[in-house]
Formats: sequence, C-alpha cells, structure tokens
Amino acid sequence: MRQIKLARNILLGIEDLLLHKLRSFLTTLGIVFGVGSVVAMLSVGEGASKEAMDQIRKLGSNNIIVNSIKSVEEESTSTTHSHLAIYGLTYEDCARVAETFKAIRQTAPVKLIRKEGRLGERAMELRVVGTSPVWFDLVQRPIVAGRVLIASDDNERAPAAVLTEHGARKLLAAENTIGQSLKIGGDRFEIVGIVKSESGLAGNIQIPDQEVDVYIPINVARSYFGDIMARMTSGSFEREMVELHQMIVQVDSTEDVEPTAKGIEDMLKRFHKKQDYLVSVPLALLRQAEATKRTFNIVLGSIAGISLLVGGIGIMNIMLASVTERTREIGIRRAIGAKRRQIISQFLIETVVLSIIGGLIGIGLGVLVPFLITYFSDMPTVITAASIVLPLVISFGVGIIFGLYPAIRAAKVDPIVALRHE
Amino acid sequence: MIRQAESNSGVEIIKLEEARKIYWMGSSEVKALAGVTLSFKRGSFWAIMGPSGSGKSTMMNVLGCLDRLSSGRYILEGQDVSTLEDDSLSEMRLRHLGFIFQSFNLIPQLSVQRNIELPLYYLGWEAESSAERARELAGKVGLGDRLHHRPSELSGGQMQRVAIARALANDPQIIFADEPTGNLDTATGKEILALLTELNGQGKTIIMVTHEMDVAAYAKQRLHMLDGVVDRIEGGD
Repeated sequence: MRQIKLARNILLGIEDLLLHKLRSFLTTLGIVFGVGSVVAMLSVGEGASKEAMDQIRKLGSNNIIVNSIKSVEEESTSTTHSHLAIYGLTYEDCARVAETFKAIRQTAPVKLIRKEGRLGERAMELRVVGTSPVWFDLVQRPIVAGRVLIASDDNERAPAAVLTEHGARKLLAAENTIGQSLKIGGDRFEIVGIVKSESGLAGNIQIPDQEVDVYIPINVARSYFGDIMARMTSGSFEREMVELHQMIVQVDSTEDVEPTAKGIEDMLKRFHKKQDYLVSVPLALLRQAEATKRTFNIVLGSIAGISLLVGGIGIMNIMLASVTERTREIGIRRAIGAKRRQIISQFLIETVVLSIIGGLIGIGLGVLVPFLITYFSDMPTVITAASIVLPLVISFGVGIIFGLYPAIRAAKVDPIVALRHE
Repeated sequence: MIRQAESNSGVEIIKLEEARKIYWMGSSEVKALAGVTLSFKRGSFWAIMGPSGSGKSTMMNVLGCLDRLSSGRYILEGQDVSTLEDDSLSEMRLRHLGFIFQSFNLIPQLSVQRNIELPLYYLGWEAESSAERARELAGKVGLGDRLHHRPSELSGGQMQRVAIARALANDPQIIFADEPTGNLDTATGKEILALLTELNGQGKTIIMVTHEMDVAAYAKQRLHMLDGVVDRIEGGD
C-alpha cells in the first residue's frame, strides 16, 4: 500500500518534471556530467591498475627477483674494442643465497644466451634461457604439451629444450613439435615440451616475453655455450661475461619476502665490488601499485565530490526558483488540506527523481566513454559494480540533501499569503 | 458588542466565542477581529459583507481553518479547532471544508480532472475511484467533456465550475466562497450563484464573502462586519 502510494507520488513528480522538459534536462546536466565523469574515470583507473597488478601478481607475491645489471662504471669503460665486461650474479651467489636463508623454499637461476636456432628449414634468432626445473613453477608456466625440464636433464646434461607456445608457432607452423630436433648454434637439442607464453613487462622486472624463447637445463647452457658472449652494438664489438642474468627466489610466506630480500641485498653487497645486481620484490611493487591506486581514488573522489556538489547546487538553485514560481500552487494545495510534510515530500521527490535520472544518464555516458576508449585505443578499462552503484547512491544523496532546503521552504509558505500571490 | 446570529433550522455547525485576531503591522496593533461571537446552522447560506478592513477576510480565513485566533474559541462540527496544530487544521480542511476563490485558483499545469482529483489525492483515494469521482463531478457542473483540458483553455465561468467541482470532491459539509463572482461577468456570475444555491438546496452550508449587494442577495442571511465586529445581521428564515 505504502509502496503503491510512493510509486504514484514518483509518477506525479515525473509528470510535473515533464511539463518543463528543457528546464528539467538542464537542471540535471550537472549531475549527468558529474556522475558520468566519475564512472568513466573509475573504469579507466580500475583498468590501468588491474593491468599493472595482474602483471605484478604473475611474478609471484612470494618471489624475490635478482637481476644482473651492467654497473655505471662498466658502461663508461666499455667503449674500447676488445674490452671484456664482467659483471652480474654468479653461480656461487645463487648457491650461497639458497644455502643461507632458511625462509627460501626454491631458487631458480636464469642464464640468457642469444643464438641462432634451426628447425628443419626454418632459422631464427632465439633467446636461450638456461634454467632449472623449478623455474616453471616459480613463474607459473603451465605445460601445454609434453613436459618441462626435469632434474635428470640437468644432472645428466641432457640436450632437452622446452619451447613456448608462441615460439613453437613461429618455428613450426602446425606439425607436432615434440620430439623434433632443434639446432641451437651448432648443437642438437630435443624438443621435450611446450609451455604457455608470457607477455608484457612489469616495472623494471624483465620476464622472458614475446621473443622466441627456448628453455634448456642450466648446466647444459653453461657447458655448451660458456659465460662469455659477444655482441655487435652500433659498430663496436662488445664482449660480456655474465654467469647468471637472473635469479628467482621463492620464500615460504609473504612475511618472509621483505626481510629475505634485505638479507640477499646485504649479502650481495658483501661479495660484489660493484652494484651490478638489482633486487626487486614484486610484493613491494604490488603494495606500491595499491598505494598509487588509493591516491588516485582519493584524487578522483575529490574531483567527483566537487562536480557533484556543483551539480547539487544547480539543482537546489532551480528548485528554489521553482518553489517561488509555484507559491500559489503550494497555497492551493495547502488550502485544500495538504499537510506540510506532503508538500515537502512532493518537492523532495521531484528533486530526487531529477538527480537520479541525471545519475542514470550519467552512468550511461560514463559506461560509453570507457567502451569507446577501449575500442579506439586498446587501453584497458574495467567497469565494476561499485563504479555504477556508488554514483547512483551519491546522486540519490545529492537529491535528498539539496532538495531538502527548497522543500522545507515550500512547506513554510503561508497558504493565506500564497493564495494572494500573483 | 456581542451579537448572536441564529437560524431556526438545523444544528449549529460553526460557533465563534469572543473570537479575536490581532496582527502586528510594524509596531501598531491591528484588531482584525475584535471579539466576535456567532453561530451558523447546518444547511444555512450566509453572505459575509463589509467594507475593506472590516475583518471579513480574516473571518473567512479563521472559519476556513487557514488562520488561528489570537484568543477566543472556534467550534467547528462540535470540535474546538482554535487550539489545533497546523497538521490537524489541514486535516479539518481536507475532511470538512471546500473552497472557491475569486481568482479560481486552479493549478495551471494540471488538467481539469487532476484539479478536481486534488483533494482526493490528499485523502489517499485510489487512482481509479478518484478519476471516477472527478468525472461524475465534472458532469455535475456541466464540464463532462472538458476533463483533459488545461485551465488556460477554459473560460472564466468554466474555471469557476471546475473550482466548484474540486470544492465538492471531498464531499464537504461547508463550502467557503471568497468573492466567487468577482472575476466573472454578470450573466456567468448568476450561473455560478445559481449553482451555489442549488448546492445549498442539497444541504451544504455555504459561507460567501462579497461586497456586492446583489450577489449577497442570493444568500439566505447576511452578516455585516465593521471594524472587526459584527455590525448587523439581515435575513433569517
């Protein structure tokens, strides 16, 4: 019964608003754009941070990643022709780290070598990744076909190679790759399995990506290809000696991540003369991304708050004018027997209906914008339930808050005076 | 100066005892009603007359529950309404009174039907039954074919008929008419007055404020106000 009455009052309110279509429309514009921009900005922000966080999360929140980097002094002296740059993590570092810290569950070394690969007729530049079996587990690379590297490959120096889906597709269009022979440099390897490809970069952490990657046992990589690599860069010939390019460490629990990272850093500092390593913690990056997102949301919230405030004031302004204009109507209604609260609810309903309609149009607009952004620019956007419900609740609140004063003003009208009002 | 206004037929529906209404105009006191005692019987047709400033409008507002007395008592339908709160006064107007104004006071953006339905809306009637009642009343005042017109599309006489239909919607015992013919030509005015007479014949108590003698002649009794008190009473059965 009460619901029916409310529904009827809302319908009457809408009828009244429809009498002044243009004015009602203009009144809601503030709310429309306020809500629209909130929804659009939320979805763009959400999309951006979701992408960043997904990438960081893929690196593993319990992982610590240590990369070898060419130190600054090394860069400046490497201009001479036959200079040999020696830097980065060593096998010894890796073993020492694994032995020292109790919290460490697994450690995976990574050695990167560029070699030409040949499979039947096809030849292309490969990025050969020498690593241990646990690596596949640490960076979460599920098997697509065959198997990943196993401990015996490493121990027996078996020439086993694992490809990524992407790499397999580039090397060999359709045929079954497993069991085929792949020539890397001058050596023959047997393709034993295919894993899922990884894409993208996160922060300053390198993850083997869209290149054609081949994973081989680290001991095989070391004994077949050695540690010295020659590279031609902009006319000069460069030689580098790097034992390990990366080391991925997994600890038991999230709480161990930061203390262990600190310990590794301190230990490396003791054994390395130069700062030729970089310890990164995906968890820290995740926290940083979350903090950035929080800041972003606060800024967004303030902007949204201001625009909705402006929208609300706009509505209040128009409603006050409407109350003055309709003084006589209010007097008539009061004379007939309308109570003050019935006048209040009449005007309040009109304001709330206006602002909610504005909110709905705004949401429509706000959903359309990210859709267009994604369509035209590939930028990811995410529309969450909250980014729709929240603005709707806010526009309802704006209607109540900014409608109350005009409605109370309307109810205070003295019917005797109002009836004489021209 | 206390006068008793009496009628032979029916029971008292309105009773004022020592009614006073004082306004403050800046720092000076205006006694709009300076102690009025009177009673109107059910089914009577009164004209309240008097020059401007005589207190007849104040009298009308007080009797119509739009204004409250400064002192004295007002008994309407056996209930003392002089101490009622704003909400209760609204309730009295809604249930017992109907109003007709000189300037019609229809709500311009509402159709004839919606205007007539207005009291029923506040009484909480269902949409269908109030639409039916509005149709019936519009027919009664001769506007059955104008239900969906806006007031601006009607003539003055038609607008006043709509106002009468609206005043009748809640089936009030008393109808207040404030200069009901003031904005109408003589012929139309006569039609409206005939309609009021007819309603009186059906048992409604009618209280009409006017300053025109020939309009007041339609009433059965005439009460003349002067300086906030009852000057004299004419008529009676």
